Amino acid sequence: MIEVKGLVKTYGPKRAVDGVTFTVKRGDILGFLGPNGAGKSTTMKMITGFLRPDAGTAKVDGVDVTVDPVAVKSKLGYLPESAPAYPEMTVEEFLGFIADVRGFRSPDAKAAQVDRAIKLTHLNPVRKQTIETLSKGFKQRVGFAQALLHDPAVLILDEPTDGLDPNQKNEVRSLIKSMAVEKAVILSTHILEEVDAICNRVIIISQGKVVADETPTQLRARKPGARIDEIFRELTRGDI
Amino acid sequence: MRQIVPIFKREFLGYFRSPVAYVFLIAFLVISVSLAFSRYGGFFRAGVAGMESYFTFFPWLFMFIVPAVGMRLWSEEKRAGTVELLFTLPVTTLEAVLGKFLAGWAFLALAVVLSFPMALTVGYLGDPDWGVIFTTYVGAILMAGGYLGVCALTSALTKNQVISFVLSLGVCAILLFLGFSSFTDTLEGVLPMAFADALANFSFITHFDAFTKGIIDPKDVIFFLSLMGFTLFLNVVALER
Repeated sequence: MIEVKGLVKTYGPKRAVDGVTFTVKRGDILGFLGPNGAGKSTTMKMITGFLRPDAGTAKVDGVDVTVDPVAVKSKLGYLPESAPAYPEMTVEEFLGFIADVRGFRSPDAKAAQVDRAIKLTHLNPVRKQTIETLSKGFKQRVGFAQALLHDPAVLILDEPTDGLDPNQKNEVRSLIKSMAVEKAVILSTHILEEVDAICNRVIIISQGKVVADETPTQLRARKPGARIDEIFRELTRGDI
Repeated sequence: MRQIVPIFKREFLGYFRSPVAYVFLIAFLVISVSLAFSRYGGFFRAGVAGMESYFTFFPWLFMFIVPAVGMRLWSEEKRAGTVELLFTLPVTTLEAVLGKFLAGWAFLALAVVLSFPMALTVGYLGDPDWGVIFTTYVGAILMAGGYLGVCALTSALTKNQVISFVLSLGVCAILLFLGFSSFTDTLEGVLPMAFADALANFSFITHFDAFTKGIIDPKDVIFFLSLMGFTLFLNVVALER
């Protein structure tokens, strides 16, 4: 579903992403790990077509994002870091706008998509509330609802559980897990336990490069008996 | 181009979802009407059934008030991070730029049209030339578009609304002052006559004047439309950079 080949992005003298290559199949939940500033978000932004790569390509469902970004954008759901949304809109208005842009123009189709997204993310109690009055957890769920609204085949989630309390984290994880069967999911995180909980593949990225691409079991097998954060620290030593 | 509609709708209604719209509309109407009634406007003293004394201040008023509408167009999106959301939806940059610009323009047009009680007053008190009043409204709305194009562009250059406001105020002021004889005289002293004349052609005032006299000159219409086209093109370039 997602094929990333040799992505490069340079900010001034710093190479934020340096030749990242990987593929994600349907049914995969790929955990994207790495220290802050390692290039996780930048890679995701290039796959979603928000940033233009300096070199390399990213294909979603066979479509190259550098060639036809709009087609790629209509195929994926993206939750940006810290889940930005228009604060003055109510949850319903905001999701209605997303449905409009996603091509659900008739009132019935729009209402159906909005209701579905609200139901999936348990936003019903706040649907008439403006987004600026919501707590962090609810805001995050609005971002989630926005990404899921058109039932995309590919989901890209930038730190989906960041800032949530343990119960909410659990809920989000089970939601991702339940949806992943027919989707390809990439999620970035720096919570190592999360990888164990939901991912069937892990990529560790350090200084813009992929340093590990394997299953959580294989990652563990690198150093039997060690805790996963010790392995992580060893692999990302260059970033410290 | 279908995607312009939802973006337009969100942006236009967005003005009314916060107090911005109401504060702006009330301030605009109070200031514009009181300027017309003031000793500088001389709405009654002129003894003419027309709206010239109301509209003479528009190029000046727009210089301050259009940046107030335009500064948030892109700066706000960049500051709140929603620009990332917007540009990962299936929307081209051109569609987003046009949708947002048209929403701002429609809002400004609404503000201008809401001055209709002034026109009714003139009609009640005397026998005005409705043709002239109509062309003046057309001119004012076109001019608002020209100003807004500049402001949308400066707004796309920064995520700081204050910088965006000051930049657009500066550019609008230059475009305004180019029409004044004292300013162009100075220019003619330094630059070749033909060049100074050409520069004076870029002024809002020069092109707005004909409308207030009842003339819709294609060259004035084209001036405002091409100014909008040019600034919106740069706007797309600035966002795609």
